[in-house]
Amino acid sequence: MKKVIMGNHALSYGAKLGRAQVIAAYPITPQTQVVELLSEMCADKSLDAMFIKVESEHSAMAACLGASLAGARTFTATSAQGLALMHELLHWASGGRLPVVMGNINRAMAPGWSIWSDQNDSLSQRDTGWMQFYCSSNQEVLDTVIQAFKVSEKLLIPSMVILDAFTLSHTYEVVDIPDQKKVDEYLPPFNPSIKLTPEEPHAFGGLTSPEHYFELRYKLQKEMEKAPALIEKTGKEYEKMFGRYLGLVEKHRCDDADLILITSGAMGSTARIAVDELRKEGIKAGNLRIKVFRPFPFEIIRNAVKGAKKIAVVDRNISYGHHGMFFEEVKSALYGYSDGLPVFGFITGLGGRDITPSTFKEITQYTLERDKPKEEIIWIGVKL
Amino acid sequence: MKKEKKMKLSLPEVELMNSGHMACQGCGATLAMRFALKALGQKVALCIPACCWSVIDGPFPYSSLDVPIFHCAFETAAVSASGVKAGLEMVGDKETTVVAWAGDGGTFDIGIQALSGVAERNDDIIYICYDNEAYMNTGIQRSSATPYGAWTTTTPVKHFKNRPKKDMEAIMAAHRIPYIATASIGYPEDLVKKVKKAKEIKGTKFLHIFAPCPPGWKSQPEDTIKLARMAVQNAIFPLYEIEWGEKYTLNIKLKEKKPINDYLKIQGRFRHLTKKEIVFIQEEVDKKWERLLLCVNGSK
Ligand SMILES: Cc1ncc(C[n+]2csc(CCOP(=O)(O)OP(=O)(O)O)c2C)c(N)n1
Ligand code: SF4
Ligand SMILES: [Mg+2]
Repeated sequence: MKKVIMGNHALSYGAKLGRAQVIAAYPITPQTQVVELLSEMCADKSLDAMFIKVESEHSAMAACLGASLAGARTFTATSAQGLALMHELLHWASGGRLPVVMGNINRAMAPGWSIWSDQNDSLSQRDTGWMQFYCSSNQEVLDTVIQAFKVSEKLLIPSMVILDAFTLSHTYEVVDIPDQKKVDEYLPPFNPSIKLTPEEPHAFGGLTSPEHYFELRYKLQKEMEKAPALIEKTGKEYEKMFGRYLGLVEKHRCDDADLILITSGAMGSTARIAVDELRKEGIKAGNLRIKVFRPFPFEIIRNAVKGAKKIAVVDRNISYGHHGMFFEEVKSALYGYSDGLPVFGFITGLGGRDITPSTFKEITQYTLERDKPKEEIIWIGVKL
Repeated sequence: MKKEKKMKLSLPEVELMNSGHMACQGCGATLAMRFALKALGQKVALCIPACCWSVIDGPFPYSSLDVPIFHCAFETAAVSASGVKAGLEMVGDKETTVVAWAGDGGTFDIGIQALSGVAERNDDIIYICYDNEAYMNTGIQRSSATPYGAWTTTTPVKHFKNRPKKDMEAIMAAHRIPYIATASIGYPEDLVKKVKKAKEIKGTKFLHIFAPCPPGWKSQPEDTIKLARMAVQNAIFPLYEIEWGEKYTLNIKLKEKKPINDYLKIQGRFRHLTKKEIVFIQEEVDKKWERLLLCVNGSK
């Protein structure tokens, strides 16, 4: 069934179709509609779940962890300050191998208060052991929630499904809402082999000496390394059943491109428009949208840029004292594999400043005019 | 034929706590757990945040308890339990009693927000705070449960704790939850009775168990039970229940309320106190006792 829905509701429908059993969440702009719709779904019993109306995001995540450990499928959603408040528990989720799925609406961190999009909230959590999926359409948001449950539960690693504030969260798009029966076929119930139950008493997460801790983390990484292949496999299965592939990256006219613009999130669609316009002007540009940031898809990125002469990475985030974070990661993936291919790092759109096709044209022009980047960070659109 | 005389135990025989745990000698917190589990039985799940008990249970892969444990983040005991309860219900287990088991720091201080949320929603869990009146896990720092006058490593003798112990029961009573009780390892029958009672009630139950700690209180391990009983007898830690935030019941009545001197004297943490300060503490204890009696009598 096709519906015109906002990105936030795409998250809610994803959680509903995924048959989340315990939901605990706390409102924050621009996420509120996610939990409002889920509350309604729980109230009218169209979703058979317990909704714990907690007093903070911190408690939201804590409740999800308890429920997940008891063997229930859990979902929450947040944004910016709420995600930061959860930080300690994000480690608890991955370290405890609890496959919680969470929606995060990318919103800039205060101060000054901002409710508009940038990626510093979720990227600040990159080392917490969560998988991170950056979506570029409402359809992709809904589909990815369902896929995330499947991948997370197989690997016992939590997932964050991420969408831009307003550009996706509050924008209405046509979304195909899959049939529940088919989703059930795709996504079997969560049934962990070990869980918290008096039938078989275990102690989870207790004092762990240097004799054991190291291996637990090694195993987490080893499972994380299986994720790229599993995401592609489950993405293909999804395509077979629902007609939409869910992969690690999305390529647009990359194959013969001289210049590849690397983006993430909703600006991917803007980049595609810019690429098409640039092509008309005779500039062989392409767009590589990185969807999965953790685990980082090294292989596929190395292969995607093979024929290119230059790379421009566009970040809507910053690691202060360093670079944009996608730029860092792309460079590290290419190091030793790309024969000195110049990689330019651009930062733009912080705090929700618009990113338009002309932003990408400016980026393209800068890149074409230089052999190599001269600056560590190339700022686009700063008004001083 | 002669009738065989059977010894009657005043506590349930079941033993869900084993030897091999990591507690200090004379640890009150350990006794609290042993007695509580006797009352709770096997169909229970514990959420234990950072505290002495996250060590006492034993290091991975060992556990000294025969019940499942979720070792959770310091400030999350109450809501972790809510999450576990919801999760268990959704996977078809409606029987298991879920218990948050936290220290005074995890309850009075860092965990109070999550606890208040759980109590306001009246989530169906038992919250048990074992109170050793300081952060013992991290080496005896003051908490808001540390009593007036006590030494800790962050309230050194020259600057001892100069604020009263937080009245946690009053805070919980303000949430109008079905059941609140204080208990003591010095009165195990009363403790077991209260835990059993809590188990039968739906909603949020809050139990506060007094649990002396020899290294933290600078007391002798063999005085642990004595101290726990003295604190009840001198009304420093009276044993009572509050139902729905209104109905107060005193469980151990005092024929003769003892002075606090002897209690303070056998604990190194109070050694620095002058006569004047002891008189002040006595006055405060008396006032608090009178206030409690007013509530109890008002409930009749
Ligand atoms: C967020 C956080 N802050 C601080 C700590 C360090 N910490 C662990 S246990 C503890 C004190 C616990 O005190 P209490 O709850 O009274 O339990 P006790 O150790 O006395 O049994 C502290 C401060 C922690 N684990 N997590
Ligand atoms: S420090 Fe105190 S509470 Fe902690 S184990 Fe030792 S005696 Fe028990
Ligand atoms: Mg303590």
